[in-house]
Amino acid sequence: MKQVVIIMGCLLFGEFVVYLTGIKMPSSIIGMLLLTLSLEMGWIKLEWVKGISNFLTKNMAFFFVPPGVAIMLYLDLIKASFWPIIVASTLGTVIVFACTGWTHQLFIKHKKTFKKNKPS
Amino acid sequence: MNAILHSEIFILSLTFAAYFVAQSLQRKTKMLFLNPVLVAIVLIIGFLTVFKIDFESYKQGSKMIEFLLKPAIIALGVPLYQQLGKIKKQAIPIIVSQLVGCIAGVVSVVLIAKLMGAPKEIIFSIAPKSVTTPIAMEVSKTLGGIPPLTASVVVLFGIIGSIFGYEIMKISRIKSTIAQGISMGTAAHVLGASKSMEISGNFGALSSIGLIVNGIFTAFLAPYIISFLGIWIDF
Repeated sequence: MKQVVIIMGCLLFGEFVVYLTGIKMPSSIIGMLLLTLSLEMGWIKLEWVKGISNFLTKNMAFFFVPPGVAIMLYLDLIKASFWPIIVASTLGTVIVFACTGWTHQLFIKHKKTFKKNKPS
Repeated sequence: MNAILHSEIFILSLTFAAYFVAQSLQRKTKMLFLNPVLVAIVLIIGFLTVFKIDFESYKQGSKMIEFLLKPAIIALGVPLYQQLGKIKKQAIPIIVSQLVGCIAGVVSVVLIAKLMGAPKEIIFSIAPKSVTTPIAMEVSKTLGGIPPLTASVVVLFGIIGSIFGYEIMKISRIKSTIAQGISMGTAAHVLGASKSMEISGNFGALSSIGLIVNGIFTAFLAPYIISFLGIWIDF
């Protein structure tokens, strides 16, 4: 029960923050950051939440079946914009791969040349 | 009979059963395109159509499952905590590359969809498509998109990204294994991470960093990127 209380507490905190500040962010993300912070600061012990978080993250895919079924309400809208959706998402995926990889690689190369130039 | 078909217990059982069938189908065929979530959604829509059950009844009945999405995102805080050491060691490369990936992802999708004449609810629905489904759906809701459409696009392109990701990176000459692992999570979220997990646990951990950090950045920044783009583009 303690596990459920911690998870729900984090969610409730997220809801409060969104409500009070009007910030345009999912309350669950704020709750997730609170949980990470609490673990890091030692306010919460890993064993307290390990079981429930394993269960939730392992079965996460299943939880979005019901919201996914709602797609049946939008089939006409999707049909009308089929190609924009497909082309934008395909190119977007390639662009994300390339940009993230290149940027990260740039740092590593930089580090290496930096090390090489250092007198040893 | 009709009362049973519309009851909460029946709808819950239908959802569990459809997912179970979809999961065993993938286990047997090992085909990545038969993603259990996609297959389960198709099975359920087929069933609802054949037995003339309206979506409202389905929504009412399946509320309990959907509710667990938010706690599931909270639970991602645990793997994030476990990766924190790795993230701290590489803080700047990770933060900068994720920031670039997040902005590039949202901006490219929005611009291309707009150029091709998509209406704004479609554009907002696919804007967060690189991040993991529960986060993407929340972002889509915040932006004014259609969360179920977001979910389908996220899953579909997560599958495509996980299949072709390493090929795309080979062509674009991304050779660093760390960059490859992280990008897999940034661009193809959970599906990319599970593909990396097949290669090695280390790759999987790197991908989960990409997936969580990009998720956080996209949740934070997507609304601002969209309103920034709104200065030039009339959505």
